[in-house]
Amino acid sequence: MDIVNQLQRQFIDHSTSLHREGIVDDQFTELQKLQDENSPDFVVEVVSLFFEDSEKLLNNMARALEQAQGVDFKQVDASVHQLKGSSSSIGAMRVKNACIAFRSFCEAQNREGCLRCLQKVTHEYSLLKNKLQSLFRLEQQILAAGGSIPVAK
Amino acid sequence: MTALVVDDNMVNRTIHHQLLDNLGIENVAVGNGKEAVDIHCSGKAFDLILMDMDMPIMNGIEATRKLREMGIRSMIAGVSTRSMEQEIREFIEAGLDDYQEKPLTVSKLISIIRKIN
Repeated sequence: MDIVNQLQRQFIDHSTSLHREGIVDDQFTELQKLQDENSPDFVVEVVSLFFEDSEKLLNNMARALEQAQGVDFKQVDASVHQLKGSSSSIGAMRVKNACIAFRSFCEAQNREGCLRCLQKVTHEYSLLKNKLQSLFRLEQQILAAGGSIPVAK
Repeated sequence: MTALVVDDNMVNRTIHHQLLDNLGIENVAVGNGKEAVDIHCSGKAFDLILMDMDMPIMNGIEATRKLREMGIRSMIAGVSTRSMEQEIREFIEAGLDDYQEKPLTVSKLISIIRKIN
């Protein structure tokens, strides 16, 4: 099996596992379908924006929850709402679901619950980031080897 | 056809811009309801406005109401993560022509555009 075929196979397997593990859902596939010759880097660009935005939001949540007294739960909830929205838009299913649970604890003004949720959201986000960066690295390797990226179904 | 994307989330603005671009629809994006009102006050007009609900400074409900008061007759489609009827009723009553739950997809956008045509 030549190197291009091997890399393409790895790409397909990695893509399949992202969906099978629920890390991304069909919305991610919709995003991939928006990429074309006029915007060949669309997915990487929008996901990079998502990473940048998410890290700011996670920092905001952490800072707000650091206050042992007088946590501004509305502020925390606003950040979680933003992250839920953008994770839903890129198809980051597990991050989105973690945000849904997080919002309930914000509404209940439960600091301990929020801290546990923050840990969970951060974990899911880190997992998503690692897996997507691996996917993009495989894409680059396929292109560098002269191959084409298998099309998302 | 021209469109205005109104959303405080940069990721969503980027995706909605690309969705519209791919359908050949010239579009501009702003970050909140006040910017949507201001761009109309500057004389610009759009066939379609994709309006998010929860935004700082001026939310989608206020912006929709204000645009209708200004006599703007463009198709305004609410696009939000809200799904409960009571949550979106006020948004619809502010003057929406359509409402789609996020995430926005090609097929949802096409169904909005069909209503214009």
